[in-house]
Amino acid sequence: MTTTEKPAADNGVDVPFLLGARTALADAPAGAQFQWRAETEWVKGTHSRGTVKTFFGLGEEQEHTSSFTFDADHPLQFSSEDHGATPVEILLVALGACLTGGVASVAQLRGIQLRSVRATIAGEHDILGILGGDPEVPNRFKSIKVHYDIDADATPDEIAAVVAQSQKRSAVYDSLTNPVAVEVEVN
Amino acid sequence: MLRVTTVVIGAGHSGLAVSRHLAERGVDHVVLERSEVASSWRSQRWDSLRLLTPNWLSRLPGYAYRGDDPDGYMSAPQVAAFIEDYAKESAAPVRANTTVTAVGRVDDGYVVETDQEAWRAATVVVAAGGASVPTVPELRAGLPAGIEQRAPGGSTPDLPAYRNPGDLPQGGVLVVGPSASGIQIAQEVHASGRPVTLAVGEHVRMPRTYRDRDVLWWMDATGLFDDRYDEIPDLLRARVLPSMQLIGSPERATLDLNTLSAAGIRLVGRLAGVHDGVAQLSGSLRNVCTLADLKVKRLLKGFDEWAATAGVEQTAGLPPGEAVAPTVVPAAAPQELDLGSGEIRTVIWATGLQPDFGFLGELPVFDRKGRVRHDGGVVPGSPGLYVIGLPFLRRRKSTLIDGADADAADLVTHLVGHLA
Repeated sequence: MTTTEKPAADNGVDVPFLLGARTALADAPAGAQFQWRAETEWVKGTHSRGTVKTFFGLGEEQEHTSSFTFDADHPLQFSSEDHGATPVEILLVALGACLTGGVASVAQLRGIQLRSVRATIAGEHDILGILGGDPEVPNRFKSIKVHYDIDADATPDEIAAVVAQSQKRSAVYDSLTNPVAVEVEVN
Repeated sequence: MLRVTTVVIGAGHSGLAVSRHLAERGVDHVVLERSEVASSWRSQRWDSLRLLTPNWLSRLPGYAYRGDDPDGYMSAPQVAAFIEDYAKESAAPVRANTTVTAVGRVDDGYVVETDQEAWRAATVVVAAGGASVPTVPELRAGLPAGIEQRAPGGSTPDLPAYRNPGDLPQGGVLVVGPSASGIQIAQEVHASGRPVTLAVGEHVRMPRTYRDRDVLWWMDATGLFDDRYDEIPDLLRARVLPSMQLIGSPERATLDLNTLSAAGIRLVGRLAGVHDGVAQLSGSLRNVCTLADLKVKRLLKGFDEWAATAGVEQTAGLPPGEAVAPTVVPAAAPQELDLGSGEIRTVIWATGLQPDFGFLGELPVFDRKGRVRHDGGVVPGSPGLYVIGLPFLRRRKSTLIDGADADAADLVTHLVGHLA
């Protein structure tokens, strides 16, 4: 294996930093233990507002540069007021964001300059499950399809390999395709 | 206490290759072997196993395959005989039936305790095998009672070794892991009339032959097998890569997931968890197959590029390459498998093997995951201690019989320097 002969690609990802972090955290694995957090406040009906501000990582409390809010609701078709995307759509947004960030990082690591990346994400869902209308129908998505249109300085196989590697390294993809224990408590 | 300059632990191909190089350098030594030469090949393998490497690729220092079937693949008893002949021809100083129980540091050397005599040595080379004990995921604890379990290539007190399909109860079998052992066992168990489900995580796909040559001929000729541990970009990953999906059969057949699907074996996602007796299967099946398909395509393209340039003399007259067909992924693989329904009677853990270095327990040589910390086989935490025969120890071929010579030569050179 040799390093790439192409001119260095710039997708705006700080690859040297990420590689450095990988080495440093492998030697000090306690620093790699992160906790991601969100707070959800009920507003009215099915409308709620999520806020993201702090997290824990690198051994101490951390903070975003500002707090981010996410309105979630259901559309008029559910007789809701549609103040935001549905939670399942936010899940699709999270999957698309995670995979796309991965595409940019992997591409840059491999010296591939991206010109445009667009993901179209669709989740098939039988809502009889959540409505309790058919006990045999699960609540979750039946399946999710992600379609990428990518324009980059690379062959189709190289682009496919970037997308495949991004799935392999994606936290959201892994959380959706594999079981995660979830515990819900009440005060 | 007996004294010797170097104790070699294990009389398999690696230990014997080290012994040969030590003898050539005039280092007095002894090779301690828990039972007899090549013991794991006599006791740990399943009945139908053949080497993945063709006979001509079985080369050891001063020795090579001499039979009349250079392109064939040795059975386990044939490998044992091959290694035994090598030990005899090398006149290796093997002490059989001597199990090492502990290696301790004293002054500037080591005391090697065994169930026979104890040895005092300046240096110790651990060649006890990189693949002795099954590596089984923790989720195994969640399997419902009554399911039979086996592991190929090794065993623990509560996990017997897989031998042959007849050793299993009638009924369905879940094979976990699409490694060489997993796909070989899936095939033969399914052929025995026990319906097989294969849980597929990451894997390394390989055609058995490419352009009329064994795929491992290409690996050897192009120099890929000689890639060095200190020159590849992601050593950590290279060292944990699953084994190449290959089978050594007289027909030189390719065995891949498409072969298995065509035979009626059900492919499902990686076994990700067991909850209330239900196996949870990862939704990543398509991506792990895509990764393997893209990787084998890159590999074969690399072979063609080499054949057109540096390898032009060796490949003149070879037919053009055939593309590998993409892996056919089932449209709707189940995400769950009820292990309590009686459909699955046996689980076979083809999830890999790891070394058993318990006898080094007193030495400061382990990392946080219990692996021996080494730099190409040189153990920095304990000068004069060496390991050999582990995945990508110094080269991509380090775990092959053919990889022992170069690694042993390097380590013995280091060892001689240490003694000086």
